[in-house]
Amino acid sequence: MKEKLRAPKAQQPLIVEKPTLEDGIGSKVTVEINEKKVQVLFGQTILEACKENQIHVPTLCHHPDLCIAGNCRICVVEVEGMRTLQTACSFPITAPIKIKTSSPMVRKARRHIIDLLLSEHYGECYSCVRNNNCELQTLAKEYGVDSYTFGHVQEPVYEVDLSSYSVVRDMNKCVNCRRCVRTCIDLQEVGVLEAIGRGDKTHIGTFLEKPLADVICINCGQCINRCPTGALRANDPSDVIWNAIDDPTKHVVIQTAPSPRAAIGEVFGLEPGKSFTGELNTALRRIGFDVVFDTNFTADLTIIEEGTELILRLYKALVKKEQVALPQFTSCSPGWVKYLEHFYPEYIDNLSSAKSPQQMFGALIKTFYAQKKGIDPKDIVSVALMPCAAKKFECNRPEMVDSGYKDVDFGLTTRELGQMIQEAGIYLPEMPKSNFDDPFGEASGAGLIFGATGGVMEAALRSVIELVTGKKVEDVFANADITPVRGFEGIKYAEIPITEVGPVPKLLQHLVPDWNWLKGATLKIAVAHGTANAKKIMDDIKAGGKFSECHFIEFMACPGGCLGGGGQPIPTDEEIRKMRAKAIYDEDNSLPVRKSHENRHVAEIYDVFLTDGPCGHISHKLLHTHYIKRGKYIA
Amino acid sequence: MLVVEKNALSEEIEGYVNKYGKDRSSLLPVLQAIQRKHSYINDFAQQEVARLLDIHPVEVFSVISFYSFLHSKPTGRNIVRLCQTISCDMANKSKVVQAIERELGIKFGETTKDNRITLEFTNCIGMCDQGPAMIVNDRVYTKLDPEKAVNILNEIK
Amino acid sequence: MKTQLENNIIKTERTGPVLFSPYKRGDAIKKAVKQKREDILFEIKDSGLKGRGGAGFPTSTKWMLTAAAKADKKFIVCNADEGEPGTFKDRVLLMEYPQLVFEGMVVGGYTIGAQTGIVYLRAEYEYMFEQLENYLANMREDNLLGENILGTDFSFDISIRLGSGAYVCGEETALIESLEGHRGEPRNRPPFPVNTGYMGYPTSVNNVETLAAVPHIITKGGSWFKKFGTDKSTGSKLFSVSGDCERPGVYELPWGTSINELLEIVGAKNTKAVQVGGASGICVPRSQFDRKLGYEDIPTGGSVIIFNESRNMLHVLKNFMEFFVEESCGQCTPCRIGNIKLLEGVEMIERGEFTFKYINTLKELGRTMQVASKCGLGQSSPNSFISILENFKDEIFHTTGTNGFNGKAGK
Repeated sequence: MKEKLRAPKAQQPLIVEKPTLEDGIGSKVTVEINEKKVQVLFGQTILEACKENQIHVPTLCHHPDLCIAGNCRICVVEVEGMRTLQTACSFPITAPIKIKTSSPMVRKARRHIIDLLLSEHYGECYSCVRNNNCELQTLAKEYGVDSYTFGHVQEPVYEVDLSSYSVVRDMNKCVNCRRCVRTCIDLQEVGVLEAIGRGDKTHIGTFLEKPLADVICINCGQCINRCPTGALRANDPSDVIWNAIDDPTKHVVIQTAPSPRAAIGEVFGLEPGKSFTGELNTALRRIGFDVVFDTNFTADLTIIEEGTELILRLYKALVKKEQVALPQFTSCSPGWVKYLEHFYPEYIDNLSSAKSPQQMFGALIKTFYAQKKGIDPKDIVSVALMPCAAKKFECNRPEMVDSGYKDVDFGLTTRELGQMIQEAGIYLPEMPKSNFDDPFGEASGAGLIFGATGGVMEAALRSVIELVTGKKVEDVFANADITPVRGFEGIKYAEIPITEVGPVPKLLQHLVPDWNWLKGATLKIAVAHGTANAKKIMDDIKAGGKFSECHFIEFMACPGGCLGGGGQPIPTDEEIRKMRAKAIYDEDNSLPVRKSHENRHVAEIYDVFLTDGPCGHISHKLLHTHYIKRGKYIA
Repeated sequence: MLVVEKNALSEEIEGYVNKYGKDRSSLLPVLQAIQRKHSYINDFAQQEVARLLDIHPVEVFSVISFYSFLHSKPTGRNIVRLCQTISCDMANKSKVVQAIERELGIKFGETTKDNRITLEFTNCIGMCDQGPAMIVNDRVYTKLDPEKAVNILNEIK
Repeated sequence: MKTQLENNIIKTERTGPVLFSPYKRGDAIKKAVKQKREDILFEIKDSGLKGRGGAGFPTSTKWMLTAAAKADKKFIVCNADEGEPGTFKDRVLLMEYPQLVFEGMVVGGYTIGAQTGIVYLRAEYEYMFEQLENYLANMREDNLLGENILGTDFSFDISIRLGSGAYVCGEETALIESLEGHRGEPRNRPPFPVNTGYMGYPTSVNNVETLAAVPHIITKGGSWFKKFGTDKSTGSKLFSVSGDCERPGVYELPWGTSINELLEIVGAKNTKAVQVGGASGICVPRSQFDRKLGYEDIPTGGSVIIFNESRNMLHVLKNFMEFFVEESCGQCTPCRIGNIKLLEGVEMIERGEFTFKYINTLKELGRTMQVASKCGLGQSSPNSFISILENFKDEIFHTTGTNGFNGKAGK
């Protein structure tokens, strides 16, 4: 049975009964595209068939991550024998039809549609964040638009919504393709945006037209990644960051997360699939950042803290028979955290209290680092390069001030930093490589793979397996690649039996006396990415299903994990996410240290600063946080 | 809204949902029932409907905003919908409009100060042979002239 | 309720060749449930009955496709969302001949293998709701509806659902969307409702008038039905006549009646133009009044609006375009923005601030809308723009005064 999709049927994929065997009788249809005979699969859309045969059909409302809408009409083609033009994106081929993708009627219709969209599209390309990366602009160029046939709006009609820390909504640039609607409702199950009104008044809006900050938005920014124009964009702090850089009294620190490094090449027109970590370090220093740190360091720290927390919860549950909230949920994705706070507030105790790597680093920079370097924390401006729109919200959460200051001042997206680098006249791919700054230095591959869905789980398992069993993880999983939690399946589930246990490592000796209580246990874990998948797991847990018996579940708000985050270069789709994941896993493979507990800088910080160990008092003050039961009611 | 009012409204909506079914396809009947009783669907009611049908509030709001007979903002106790489409238009609709606006002291699209009447234009109501025509709540009045229209409106409470 | 209807809605004695011919309640169901489904399909096919909503799709084909679709549930939906300006025939059928409509649904349900019928009644007709529900209750009492109809193993029931004021919900896929609790936005076709309709099940959506013809065909035969009308347009048609004439109302006339004949019957004088098919139809000038109503010449859902010499055709066009700007579902680009542009064009002409070049561009745009819009609304909304500006260009562009056109326009 088909999965229950809640988006309007008009925005759902079409259902065609396809032959069961791809090479069986009747599974292929011979069609004529532009007078050329080609064989296509039964049920394939005209758009897919054209793509396979290197025929370009323009699209606008179509996005490979989303179901078909067929509402922009730009992909219309002629099908012989049909009175009207048909949308290539939605038309399934079930008969030997003749298709024309560029007849006079088709070209005129497309041009008209572009002209109509332009007539309502306020603004000029050169003053737009999406200049040179805008699908409407591309269409206009493709069809040689040199004048506004049906006029052009001279005044903005809508007020720009600047209320959110993360997402800016400028409906004056909206083309009503509804990709954001399908993203928010179908892909993410959040439900902030829908089409409002009818006829000429139709527009994309929120519940009761409230500003974004007042509705249940999790700030994931997936809508931004799928917006074809500049109608949705991230709240860009780069002007203020430039000011800080230019201010000699400020010590400007930047931490960079692995996912932006694996994607920033795309901003410079390169194919996805290569990380530019070393080049980026150099570029950042040339721009004027005083020091560059690797967020993976605190990712390693997160593994230690969150892993310890899990062990403590299990110990309480299994040995002390106390009531504890299990399964433990990861808390490094701020979009997921807010999703849970809104939609499943009763499960707040299941969230790991460990802060996200970004916020851990923020707290350490303005305490440990400031002390060590003798810098007044008030003069530190702490910037975080993230693949994420929600990180902008996260650093502005009022509780994130454990250093005595705002722990992280600005969350900066991959796109925004790419822009800053270009503005500085730097061509990133040609930069010489350089290392991260001390005292945090290079981090492990475990912290690095946080960027891909399943990465936090894999990193945690690499450490848990070694710390508990005393064996090398390589003996259990070849090359320490824990493949059951890798890949882009929406929900992954795995069971790890603990057949033998080793000695308790020094770091944890004050917490548990031995591991015997874990011997013979089976660790049940799950991984979900995209909040729609998270919802499935949560509903299963609520119903007492198999996921309620899990011990640890990784949740990422964005499809693909951080590498598919709302702050990543546009476009983002499944192919691109795969390439970025490859870049991340390749880099992990190339690193000498691939386990968080083997990161010597981490060991060092427990020696000299977080002296009462993981989940101790100091770490609780700086590295852990609490959450808010927000609920769903919109006041 | 007071908590008591909210509870009463929740209970009422639960009743509708039980009657029409806890499925998205019940959305319109449920909204129509709320609107019939309260003359509009307030923000709390919208969220309650969303909760009970397991959809997002914005989807409820979106649906309300699509249909011209559903309202998300307060209206008068009585909604007067005068047909503006061609046949009624040709049958001197504008004279009726002038008379009504003058009598009530408001324009179409507005609500009287005493909250008694909201005036709206509507598209073809299928009374083209007997125009001008209007619907007051769910009653139809046809072959209007300025005097008749005003008398009808003056009679409703 | 009763007094209201008597006070406000004028009833007249009706006569007509097919729909308004004598019919005894229950006869069609009694006969149908004893027949094989394919025999009914054959009879309907033989009658040549086509959809009466305007598009004219053969009813037998629609039912055959729905019957052939494999599914554990099927639906038959009565499209009573009559909203085309100038159309009110369904009002008359539902108020005065509910037996025909409902029995047509039962026969249709039996034929396609549906268990459930749904009437989608427009919100503007809410006043009929109670009366129709009562009628259904009577049918249930007489076992013409419900479990094991007339002792057979065929069970079928009908429910009535109200619309909420959206013209586009008359489009069958938009109607289904609305039934499912969504915005009434048309779906992509294919897939068609006969395969993937209400809740994903095969669904036949039929016009009120189509269904009303079915009991007559069942009881009197397809060959009797096709004696009326023409070769390609068999049977009769209900015409909703309004505008400048002495006797507006619903008329049942055989297909093939000319506009002249119709004008004669309804007592229209000094007629300048006739809008056939409502706002989405075409505007026929006097020179073409000998044209015939029927699929061969002017197909129509039955709306006839008559304009006499005193009417300003630009004003008429503006009223139509305002209608479409409001009633477009707003989903697809050509319809959502295109209609706004056409209306703006009309306003430009009204003000005398236009160029012929731009008006021609708008006509071209209209042609794009006809082929590129997602559904019938956008595909037909430019019809009146194109036909009125073509057929009445003398009045609109070349006379001064009446339109406020002051001659200062460019070329």
